[in-house]
Amino acid sequence: MSEIVERTLSALPGLLLQDPAPGPSSKLGSLIRSITALTSRQEEEKLIQQELANLKIAVSSPNTTLRQMKECMVRLIYCEMLGYEASFGYIHAIKLAQQGNLLEKRVGYLAVSLFLHENHELLLLLVNTVLKDLQSTNLVEVCMALTTVSQIFPREMIPAALPLIEDKLQHSKEIVRRKAVLALYKFYLIAPTQVQHIHEKFRKALCDRDVGVMAASLHIYLQVIKDNPSVYKDLTGSFVTILKQVVGGKLPVDFNYHSVPAPWLQIQLLRILRLLGKDDPGTSQLIYDVLDESLRRAEINHNITYAILFECVQTIYTIHPKSDLFEKAAKCIGKFVLSPKINLKYLGLKALTYVIQQDPSLALQHQMTIIECLDHPDPIIKRETLELLYRITNEQNVTVIVEKMLEYLKQSKDEYTVVALVGKIADLAEKYPFYIMNNILRANLLYSPNNQWFVETMNVVFSIGGDVVHPDIPNNFLRLLAEGFGDEREDGQLRLYAVQSYLALLEMENVHYPQRFLQVISWVLGEYSYLAKQIPIESVISKLHNVLLQNPVTSETSAWIMAAITKLVAITPHSSLVDQLIQEFSTCLDTGMRQQACELKALREERPLMQRLFPLNSCCEDLMVDASLSFMDGFVAEALSNGAAPYKPHHQRQEEKLSREKALNLEPYGLCFSPSLPSISLADGHSPSAVSALSEISGNSGETGQKEENRLKMEGVKKLWGKEGYLLKKESKVSKGECVSPPLESGISMGEEEEPAVTPAEPKVELISEEEREKKQLASTLFVGLGSNAISLMGRPSQTTQKFKRKTKFGKKESAQLLYSPGEQNDLALTLPNGASSVASRLLPSQSAEEKSEDGKVSSLFANTDLETFPSSTILSVPSLIPALAQHSHSAVTELARCGTLTLYSSKVWKDDCLLLALLIVNPTSSAIKNIYLQMEDTEILKVSESLCCQLSLLEANGVHQCWGSVHPVHPCKKELISGCVTYLAEVPSQLEFSVHFVLSDFIRPLMISTEEFGKMWSALSHDVKESVQISIPHLSLSEVFMTVQKTLNFHVVEVIGDEGIGACQLMPSVPSLLHCHLQEDMLLVWIRSSSSTLSNCLLHLCQKALQEH
Amino acid sequence: MIKAILVFNNHGKPRFMRFYQHFPEEMQQQIVRETFHLVSKRDDNVCNFLEGGSLIGGSDYKLIYRHYATLYFVFCVDSSESELGILDLIQVFVETLDKCFENVCELDLIFNVDKVHYILHEMVMGGMVLETNMNEVVAQVEAQNKLEKSETGFSAAPARAVSAVKSMNLPELPRNINIGDINIKVPNLSHLV
Repeated sequence: MSEIVERTLSALPGLLLQDPAPGPSSKLGSLIRSITALTSRQEEEKLIQQELANLKIAVSSPNTTLRQMKECMVRLIYCEMLGYEASFGYIHAIKLAQQGNLLEKRVGYLAVSLFLHENHELLLLLVNTVLKDLQSTNLVEVCMALTTVSQIFPREMIPAALPLIEDKLQHSKEIVRRKAVLALYKFYLIAPTQVQHIHEKFRKALCDRDVGVMAASLHIYLQVIKDNPSVYKDLTGSFVTILKQVVGGKLPVDFNYHSVPAPWLQIQLLRILRLLGKDDPGTSQLIYDVLDESLRRAEINHNITYAILFECVQTIYTIHPKSDLFEKAAKCIGKFVLSPKINLKYLGLKALTYVIQQDPSLALQHQMTIIECLDHPDPIIKRETLELLYRITNEQNVTVIVEKMLEYLKQSKDEYTVVALVGKIADLAEKYPFYIMNNILRANLLYSPNNQWFVETMNVVFSIGGDVVHPDIPNNFLRLLAEGFGDEREDGQLRLYAVQSYLALLEMENVHYPQRFLQVISWVLGEYSYLAKQIPIESVISKLHNVLLQNPVTSETSAWIMAAITKLVAITPHSSLVDQLIQEFSTCLDTGMRQQACELKALREERPLMQRLFPLNSCCEDLMVDASLSFMDGFVAEALSNGAAPYKPHHQRQEEKLSREKALNLEPYGLCFSPSLPSISLADGHSPSAVSALSEISGNSGETGQKEENRLKMEGVKKLWGKEGYLLKKESKVSKGECVSPPLESGISMGEEEEPAVTPAEPKVELISEEEREKKQLASTLFVGLGSNAISLMGRPSQTTQKFKRKTKFGKKESAQLLYSPGEQNDLALTLPNGASSVASRLLPSQSAEEKSEDGKVSSLFANTDLETFPSSTILSVPSLIPALAQHSHSAVTELARCGTLTLYSSKVWKDDCLLLALLIVNPTSSAIKNIYLQMEDTEILKVSESLCCQLSLLEANGVHQCWGSVHPVHPCKKELISGCVTYLAEVPSQLEFSVHFVLSDFIRPLMISTEEFGKMWSALSHDVKESVQISIPHLSLSEVFMTVQKTLNFHVVEVIGDEGIGACQLMPSVPSLLHCHLQEDMLLVWIRSSSSTLSNCLLHLCQKALQEH
Repeated sequence: MIKAILVFNNHGKPRFMRFYQHFPEEMQQQIVRETFHLVSKRDDNVCNFLEGGSLIGGSDYKLIYRHYATLYFVFCVDSSESELGILDLIQVFVETLDKCFENVCELDLIFNVDKVHYILHEMVMGGMVLETNMNEVVAQVEAQNKLEKSETGFSAAPARAVSAVKSMNLPELPRNINIGDINIKVPNLSHLV
């Protein structure tokens, strides 16, 4: 484009020459032309400075006519727009507005409103001109004055202009009335009290016969109602009437925009009604009708219609709820969200975010769209989606949502996004740390993955957020870490994990971390390194020392690091490294560091004192601060008796100093005090550097007894050290109260409050593409725990799993029975695929699908490539399944085979339509393993899908690789064994053999049929077995018996009538078998029919086993 | 409330600026640069709303923009404005410019900054939408132009020069701002495109 402009402009001079009268305003043309011709910013600057110099001469010359002045002003405006200051012209702009004719005046006013701001001193000079023009009989002048007033007017001069403008409300021309209303609105904004008295007149404006004036008055009403809705409730009727008329098309056609009547007016009115109807059922009642009509009328497919619809929806969700409007609004939101137009989609997401608190099920309806929006190419849409997810976060989906946020965080560049996002992530991570507590009961694993989750998430936050993160974030994080969550052991593990992860981070070379992160790291290391028993403290010190040497650290950070080193030295006082370190820093240029090095040296000589000063793990203890410094009394007395001057406070010294400066000082110089001592209160120790400053004071004020004084000083220091600055006493007490509330209970009650999805009993068997499936799985992990009538896409009965979850927490086998109330049969049938082993033993280690799935996500988040910058620590826990698998019910991840360098874990995933076997290859060593080749062999009975045979060229140190595939039975069989082997190349080629056991119940799924269907199938199946089974527990009802059997055999109870009942199940992929039972006292007559006699026999055997075991 | 209206070209050169909230000169330039930076890297097929210029005021503020052939029209508004409403207001503004300048192009804005301001004065006053009816705005502006016509001579020269340039037969003649909204047909534009 610029070339085109250039060419056009180069043609200009010729044209201008032809022009008979090349007037002065061609100067603007030539200015623009020469600017466009320039290539560099420097040249432009030079040219404009030159131009400004010319203009300066021109405007200040008395010979310049007003017309020329007008032209100069336009050029000045142009220069200012390009960013060059032209303040010399301001006064002339005011003059021009004052003296010129209409056209010149107009330019003058424009220039003034562009150049000056409300508090500019020159503005007062304009007031008279404005007042004069307001009283002018010329319509144009009045309009100009009003425009200027609404743009820029000094607040203190409002009283002068107010009566004149009030008069204009009665002006015969509507354009004047309209502008007057907006000018008054401006006054209301900058000085609300001054226009209090004219509210009556606003009402008149609202009833003005001209629609434009009425529309202008709505600006005022929107504002005043926002400030104080209760006063204006009586106007609701009027607003409703106006809106009804507008919607009904009563306005002149002039006001139509794309055949929508006065859309902006409608928007404004809807906003006002929203404010009036909020939390007020009575007022809302008046609004319902017109909202309904607006929704109905807004049907043309145009942007502006959607603008109105959007306002309607927001209004409906803000005012007192009405169910049928809700329905319509929800439909509307659906239109937005599903629209292919991206602007509408954005607004749809916004609307969803807005309504999510009231109606979480709406988000569930659109979960697939939301998932798609997560991968939308437009980052704005993505961000809006994350905002929405942020609102629906609960303890069940927090890890997935945070994972998504971290993904986005890594892509975003601009600071604004990073700051906002980092804040949200940290908020979530800190909001749900009690989540850690869920694992305590099953955490015989030493390092719960959720500790990792918390720490690693915060690691990413700190390292990406860098120094733009809000200071509260690191502070809160450290506070949580220090105060813990009420369980000593778990807290210890969390801290230990943090220590280990930080040491691993510091291990890496050539990586620079943000200052705030380094501060967090050094504090944690200083405070909790002792927990990592296998790591010598000395190596921690050396790492911190390296940070000091290699990274560019600010003096604040180095103070933090020094503090950490000091604490570590208290544990291991004898270290050559420390000697060297003290040596190094006691001569360093940074006074703070020198001070700290000296303190450290002195402390090392007083070992018992040092240990008393830095007790282990006591950062949360309350400290008594002796603010009066009474322990110094003896020392002070001694100093005074030795002739020292008494202490004078800072301000007193200042005063004396000032008075001395005024008069000639004839006295000999007295005691010299440090001229500007920073005033530091003892209670306010916000950072270690403050401590050093304090030490400096004491160092300066003392004269004698260097050594003793040093010790006394350290006493004061200790109290601050112990507090570690940011852990303010008050703060910690309050938050302790919050945190310590028994987290286990809270975790459980959360689950109860949000009774989540009850699935339709029969999940639709659909053929969906893999991608679709993945998305659905993501959706179900994201939207878990939302809403009472939630629609779970995966057909997963979360209600039951929830209960199992609670069950597993208590870990009592006996109470398992309590769960089985008749109403839950269907759900149970879905969640309880069972094996030969007893139910309890299966359930307990396997946990609920959900709980497990959380782990899966964590491990996938950190074990996979996502976070290569933060290798997981050297300690490996049992790996978890990836979320896609973990969300189904599955067996615990158990070790299958192990040799020195490689461990193999397995888990069975009982999906509704197949059995998946997941194999996890773990490399626990610190070196990579190459050429891994996993192979499994089919048997006559079981077929293994090819995806289970995998090849892996490299598995990194501590890496986990997962592969999974389905296992299909070809024939029914009680038990079967599949063997396989892994070959790999560590240092030498090795082989690891393993085998996996399968039982029939792994492949049995309930068959959802009705009684009629049962009847038809029954006669079609040929192989039947019939037997009476003794029931070990007497006096059970048939449904209870069924439940007992269901624990072993996963079948669907079709119907139970009295002591007769029927059930159905199928051997995957689809071999049906039917079950007929008749209860006779303590005997159960079982009759099983299927298409194969083996199957029937096996099933009968399972039934017998189930009943006998009981 | 509208906080600022910015117009700049594809290279980030400011063509028109109006702030309804005071910012120091230096800040204004920074805002234009930042806004250009934010807006210019967006494709044409993404949404017209942007959040978060950090300069003009955090999360409560939105940038709503439209991109015409060579120019970006950006309105910076707070949360009390309707996004789609403003989007159409931009359209009205541009259509009005088009009517007043008879096939408006970037050059018109460059040479007639003051006139653009006057047109805007009739639509937005002190950050508040005053008039959205295009015909009404055009009528007001024309009434003022009558004043100008009564004054003959120099002041009309540049306008004449520019219109002479516009009608010259340059193949790469900068196109008039393409009001390319799918929903809006502006018949008098089609003959030049």
